[in-house]
Amino acid sequence: MASSADRPGLAPARVLPCGEAAVLVEVADTRSAIALARQADARRRAGSERPGDPWALVGEVVPGERTVLVVLAGPAGLRAVRSDLAALAAVVTAGSAAETTQVGPLEELLEIDVVYDGPDLAVVARHTGLTVPEVVAAHTGRPWTVGFTGFAPGFGYLVDGDPRLTVPRLADPRPRVPAGSVALAGGYSGIYPTASPGGWQLIGRTSAVLWDSDRRPPALLRPGLRLRFRAVGEPA
Amino acid sequence: MNRALEVLATGPLTLVEDLGRPGYAAVGVPRSGAADRAAYLLAGRLLGEPVGRAALECTLGGLVVRARGSLTVVVTGAPAPATLDGRPVGHAAPLHLPEGAVLALGMPPTGLRAYLAVRGGIDVAPVLGSRSTDILSGLGPAPVRSGALLPVGEPGPGGPSVDVAPVAAPPGGAVTLRLTPGPRLDWIAQARRLVDTPWIVSSRCDRVGVRLGGPALARAAAWADAELPSEGVVRGAVQVPADGRPIVFLADHPVTGGYPVVAVVEAADVDRVAQCRPGQPVRLAWTPAWP
Repeated sequence: MASSADRPGLAPARVLPCGEAAVLVEVADTRSAIALARQADARRRAGSERPGDPWALVGEVVPGERTVLVVLAGPAGLRAVRSDLAALAAVVTAGSAAETTQVGPLEELLEIDVVYDGPDLAVVARHTGLTVPEVVAAHTGRPWTVGFTGFAPGFGYLVDGDPRLTVPRLADPRPRVPAGSVALAGGYSGIYPTASPGGWQLIGRTSAVLWDSDRRPPALLRPGLRLRFRAVGEPA
Repeated sequence: MNRALEVLATGPLTLVEDLGRPGYAAVGVPRSGAADRAAYLLAGRLLGEPVGRAALECTLGGLVVRARGSLTVVVTGAPAPATLDGRPVGHAAPLHLPEGAVLALGMPPTGLRAYLAVRGGIDVAPVLGSRSTDILSGLGPAPVRSGALLPVGEPGPGGPSVDVAPVAAPPGGAVTLRLTPGPRLDWIAQARRLVDTPWIVSSRCDRVGVRLGGPALARAAAWADAELPSEGVVRGAVQVPADGRPIVFLADHPVTGGYPVVAVVEAADVDRVAQCRPGQPVRLAWTPAWP
């Protein structure tokens, strides 16, 4: 659900209004959003070294599931950035449609060790019609891609996993989910960076540190990063 | 001696805020920062300080501080009646606090958030380049507690050059917020109901957002059962959640959201809605100049 299974015939990008200092570009799928966000971020970095470049006024590039939000400091430069984005989006959409590989431009593959003993494993198995070992095999069997972020610092919505692992959120969210909990909901996987309330189905836990404000960069995950889960016993 | 503000009382909520931590939204970090940016920035200007020094954001008064060392301060935003050692002092007017002087902020007659800024800034440890408390993500310093000793930094060169800023107090009556269309305006039926409805600020308002009470906005038929894929959200975004009552997002808004953003409040008016109290009437109006 998070990315379109059929690559040909992607819908053209749409540039949508988002106030006096931002623009939202809607693209066909998560992969296109990641690609466009990268292009926009590169444009922003290049612009930041050129005085007078409207992209020097861009403060944030925020990928969503099928969108990229670009936020400027104020109304100045919005028109120029909007028209540049439309052009970038057209290129990205054309490029994505031509791709035949599963995932776009590859970067390193992050491995995350998981102890699969989550309290919702049996529920997930029942919901998906898989056995518990099959759930673990599906979760570890192919790499996931960080599609976009939100919910909490360092939380990434992981997409492009095994589509059989699509499960609903809990009807009653837990008041406290421990940091490092590995979870599933709505076709995504995710890892809770810090202890927080949470409504996703918990299948395991990792000792990986997803967020550390004193680390550079503070977030382990960033949009576009690919990662693979590995089933282990108790973490060392 | 080390200059500091000794906190004797905090009122309902006092937080350290500056201009926030821009540039981290892509890894899930809201910008945060002062809810009423204009009032916060005015305080810094009145003190002749470089932009971005941290100040105290005091909600509904009740903040009492004692000067440790000789300090220059100013109060802006909601006109909390201030006293210096019991004597009334002016609003938006820089004042000198000698060692040991006690400054107390009362309940403002209108508005929600007053800013107490000090020359040198509140010098607590920054997180990702900002001293702002973000109540959504939990980043930044904990809310200010009674008994805290808040260190004050080194003042920049210069100093106050005006005695008082003649700024209008936040209104206590109806407030009109100017809007431009958002990316998902077509997701609600009868978009004009957004601007025709007399809204009321509900009690569910904090630094994340202000929920408006009134009749529910219905979904457009084309999107009745649709789920919006999560997308980036801006400060001032007017989001319509499942119950149909709009939320105007403030400084600590989530970086992405899965409900349609139907309009965006102009930056200057986000400052104004950040000063609105529960029960206050709000009208939404399209910006005439929008092309």
